[in-house]
Amino acid sequence: MIDKSVLDRHNLTEDEYRLIVELIGKEPNLTELGIFSVMWSEHCSYKSSRVHLKKFPTEGPRVVQGPGENAGVLDIGDGQVVVFKIESHNHPSYIEPYQGAATGVGGILRDIFTMGARPIAVMDSLRFGPPDDPKNRPIMEGVVSGIAGYGNSIGVPTVGGEVYFDPCYALNPLVNVFCLGLADKDKIFYAKAEGAGNKVLYVGAKTGRDGIHGATMASAEFGKDTEQKRPNVQVGDPFKEKLLVEACLEIMDRGLIVGIQDMGAAGLTCSTTEMAAKGGVGIVLDLDKVPQRESGMTPYEILLSESQERMLLVARPENVPAVQAVFAKWDLDAPVVGEVVEGGRARMTFKGEVVVDIPVDAVVNLCPAYNRPVAAPAPAPALPPLGALPAPADLGQALERVLASPTVADKQWVFRQYDHMVQDNTVFLPGADAAVLRIKGSKKALAMTLDGNGLYTRLDPRTGAGIAVAEACRNLACVGARPIGVTNCLNFGNPEKPEVMGQFEQAVEGIAEACRAFGLPVTGGNVSFYNDTEGLSIHPTPVLGIVGLIEDVGRAIRPGFRAGGDAVVLIGDTLDELGGSEYLRAVHGLEAGAPPALDLEKEKRHQEFLLEAIGAGLVRSAHDLAEGGLAVALAECAFHSDGRIGCAVDLGAAAAAGGTTRDDALLFSESQSRIVVTCRKAGLDGLLELAARRGVPARAIGLTGGSALAFARAGREIMRLSVDAAYRAWKDSLPAFFKVRA
Amino acid sequence: MKFGVVQFPGSNCDFDAVHALKDVMKRPTVLLWHKDHDLQGVDCVVLPGGFSYGDYLRSGAIARFSPLMQEVKAFARDGGRVLGICNGFQILLELGLLPGAMLRNKNLKFLCQHVHIRIEDARTDFTRAGRRGQVLRIPIAHFDGNYYAPARTLAEIERNGQVVFRYCDADGAVTDEANVNGSLHGIAGIRNEAGNVLGLMPHPERAAEALLGSRDGRTIFESLIQSVEKRRPARRPAPAKKVRHDR
Repeated sequence: MIDKSVLDRHNLTEDEYRLIVELIGKEPNLTELGIFSVMWSEHCSYKSSRVHLKKFPTEGPRVVQGPGENAGVLDIGDGQVVVFKIESHNHPSYIEPYQGAATGVGGILRDIFTMGARPIAVMDSLRFGPPDDPKNRPIMEGVVSGIAGYGNSIGVPTVGGEVYFDPCYALNPLVNVFCLGLADKDKIFYAKAEGAGNKVLYVGAKTGRDGIHGATMASAEFGKDTEQKRPNVQVGDPFKEKLLVEACLEIMDRGLIVGIQDMGAAGLTCSTTEMAAKGGVGIVLDLDKVPQRESGMTPYEILLSESQERMLLVARPENVPAVQAVFAKWDLDAPVVGEVVEGGRARMTFKGEVVVDIPVDAVVNLCPAYNRPVAAPAPAPALPPLGALPAPADLGQALERVLASPTVADKQWVFRQYDHMVQDNTVFLPGADAAVLRIKGSKKALAMTLDGNGLYTRLDPRTGAGIAVAEACRNLACVGARPIGVTNCLNFGNPEKPEVMGQFEQAVEGIAEACRAFGLPVTGGNVSFYNDTEGLSIHPTPVLGIVGLIEDVGRAIRPGFRAGGDAVVLIGDTLDELGGSEYLRAVHGLEAGAPPALDLEKEKRHQEFLLEAIGAGLVRSAHDLAEGGLAVALAECAFHSDGRIGCAVDLGAAAAAGGTTRDDALLFSESQSRIVVTCRKAGLDGLLELAARRGVPARAIGLTGGSALAFARAGREIMRLSVDAAYRAWKDSLPAFFKVRA
Repeated sequence: MKFGVVQFPGSNCDFDAVHALKDVMKRPTVLLWHKDHDLQGVDCVVLPGGFSYGDYLRSGAIARFSPLMQEVKAFARDGGRVLGICNGFQILLELGLLPGAMLRNKNLKFLCQHVHIRIEDARTDFTRAGRRGQVLRIPIAHFDGNYYAPARTLAEIERNGQVVFRYCDADGAVTDEANVNGSLHGIAGIRNEAGNVLGLMPHPERAAEALLGSRDGRTIFESLIQSVEKRRPARRPAPAKKVRHDR
C-alpha cells in the first residue's frame, strides 16, 4: 500500500505520484515506485535545473556530442575526438571520504570509456573545511587517498585540479571529478538500445545491496542522522574497472556491440530504461539472470542497487559469443540478461512473475521540470571603506600569511599521492596554470583546467561564475592553449530555498554569458543540489572544466621564470579590488565586499594578445593573476623557476595607470584579466608594441633575478621578502597539518 | 634486439613500456599475454608497472602465479635478461628471482615524484651505457617501494655488489632525505647474482623523452640494447628533438 510515508521515504511528492499513476495508467507497485523515485530524483532528472541549463550555448563547429549523453565530445582534428565530463560525488564523500571519492573517480571514468574513449586524464576540484580544525583533516586525507587509490590503480593520471578551503565546506565537502578521454571520431559509442531481438548483456561486478538509493540520498539535505546513511555509499574495485576498461575498449574497437551504458546512479534501472528510451524501443529483463552478490535479494534491491563497476551492453545475437570471449579473456562473465523488444516498455520478470511493466518514456523523459521560486540572493556583507581597513605594517609578513593560507599554499602534499605521469603523456606536472598532455603521434597537446571561486560566487553569483569561466580560459592561454569546450559542475544548496535558486539562476546566466563571449560550447556537466548539512548551505560553487588545444606542444609555456635578467611585464590594470580576496580572508579575517569586476570583452582581448605573443615566440613564461594577486603570482613564478629566481619590480607606472591607492591593494588586489609574463630584454619593445596595437595595457614593471621578491612604488620600496622565506611559508603550510603522528 | 612486455590483468604501464621501447628506442617490441606460454623469441622480458590483480593481497603476490611466469623463470635461469619496473620489481621479489620484499612507503602514502638514483655498478647489462656514480633523474610512482631484506640477505647482496641503484640527492649523495620511501640502504634497484635479472622501483619508461622532463631512463634501455647488440656498436636512436620554449 503506497501512502504518504512511503512517498516520503522515496522523496516523491503527492503531485508527482498522481502524475506517475496517470502516465503509467495504474497504481505502481513498490518496485515500480522505486524506479520512479530514483529516475525522478533531482540527481538523475535535473528537474529543478533543466529550465535554467537551457541557457548554455551548446553548439559549435567542434561539437560532435553536446549535453545528454554520458559525456561531451569535441573534434580535435586528424580524425580524433576528446570525450570529457565533470561530476560531483559530494554527498558520499562526506559520509565515507575514501570510498565516496574513489567511486566518484570510478563513475566518471565509466562515463568516458562507455563512449569508446580511453581515459587519459583525471582532475579533481576539492573543497574542504580549513585544515586547522582537526575534524576536517580526516575528510581531506580520506578523499585524497580515495582518489589516489582508484586513479593510481587503474592507471589514469590525475594531472591537476584545485583545492580550496572554507568553513562552509566543513560539513559538506565538495568532490568534483573531471575525466577526459581520447578516441577516434568514427568509433564513438552511444548509450542506445536498438534492434528488436538484440541481446542485453550484463558485465562486471555482481549486484549487491550497496548503494541502494544513493541517487535519492544525493537529492536531500543532510541532518544529524547522516551517519546512518553510510550503507548507501558503495565500495570501489579499481581492478575490476581496469578489466572492464580494457575489455570494453577491445569490444568497441572491434565493433561487436550496438550500444553500451554504465550502471552509475540508479544502477540497472537507469541503464536499461535510458538505453531503451534513447533507442525508441522496449526492453525485457530476467532479473534472475542478473549476477547477485548475496542471496535473497528482491527485485527492488536488484534494480536500485548502485554496486560499482557494472556495464550493460546491447549486441546482435550473432556477436554474443565473440563479446563473451573477449570478456572471458579478461576473466569477466557477461551473461545475457534480456532482450530488446518493440513497444517502448520496460518489462522485468523475477521468479517467473512480471514485477515491472512500465513505459520507459514516462520514467526517462516525463519527469516534471520545476521552475522553482527564485529570490534575490543575500547581498554580500559590505566591505568597510578601504580607509578604515588597517594597512599591515609589514607587507612582507602579510605576503607570507597569504602564501601560507591553505587555499594558496603548495598542494604537493596532495598531488604527489596521485600518479600524474602514467600513460607517458604528462608534459606539465601539477602546479602549472593548466595541465598539458601531449597527443602521441602528433605535435598537438591538450590543456585542461578546473576553476571556481565559491566566495566570489557567494558575494555575486553572476560575476563569480563568469570569473570562473574567464579564469579557466586565462589559465589555458597562459600555457599557450586555445579553449575549445566547457563542462561544469554546479554545486549549490537546497533548490527549494528561493535564494539558493536565485544564486543558481544568476550563476548559470553568468556562465552562459561568459561562454558566449568566448564562443565556447558547454557539452555537458552535472548539477549537485542539496549541499546543505544541518540547515547550512555551502557557498554556491560552480566549477568550470575547460579544455584547450595547443597546436605545437614545443611552444607550450610554463609559469616559472626562465632566467635572471628577463623583463617582467604586467598585462592588465590593477584596481583597488580587495572584495572577496584571499588577502582579506588571510590577513583581515574578512569574507566581504564585491568580487572584482569582470569585463568579458577586455578579458578576451588580453587573452588573444597573450596567445598571439606566445605564437610569435615573444613570451618566456606566463602566469595568471588569481587568489593573492600580483604578489602571490610573482612569488609562484619564482617558486616554479629552476633555482628559485627572484624579481624586483616597481609598480609606479602600474599604480598610476590602474589607480590603486594603497600599497596592499597594489600587491593583493584580485583585479581580473591580468597576466604576468616575462620576455628577453631584447624582445620587450616588440611585446609592448604588439600590446599597444591590440589595445592591451601592458607595462614593463621590472626584471627577474636576485634572491628576493622586491616591490617598489615609484622608487620607494614597499615590500621585500627573500624567495626562500616566501617559499617556506608556501611549501610548509599544508604538510604541517598532516605530519605523520608518531 | 626484441623486447617483450608482459601484460598482467591490472598492469598499467604496459603500453608506456611498449611506447618507450618501440617508438622512442626504435626496437621491435611485443606485448606478451600473461596466460600464454610463449615468449615469442624476445631477447629481454620486461615486467611493467601497475597494479597486477589490483595488488589486493600484496603487491605482485598473485601475478607470480600467471602461466607465463613458468617461461619467464626458465628464461631467466637460462640467462635471459629480465627487467622488472615498479610492480614488475615487486613481482620479481614474489617470484624469488630477486631477494627481499617491499614494505609500505615510510610516510604511508603513495608517492609520485621525480627522484635521483645513483648508478652503483656500471658493468651490468642494465647500466653499461652509464658510468659508476652517475646520477639519473627518474620518476617514482608507488605505495610499496620501501625495500626490505633481513640483515644477512642485505649483507650478502651488498657483498655481491647486487645493489645497482640507490636513491640519492641531485649531487649523488645518499641521504635519508633523498630516500623518500625509506628503503634499507637507500636501495632503488637490485640485480640477481648472475646479473641478468634487474628490478627497480623508478620508471625509466617515463624518463625517455625530453618533452616529459627527463631522458635519463634511456640509459637503462640503451644498456640492454648494447648488451645484446654488442657485436656491432649499439645503434643509438636519433636524439629526440630538444623542446624549445622560446624563440
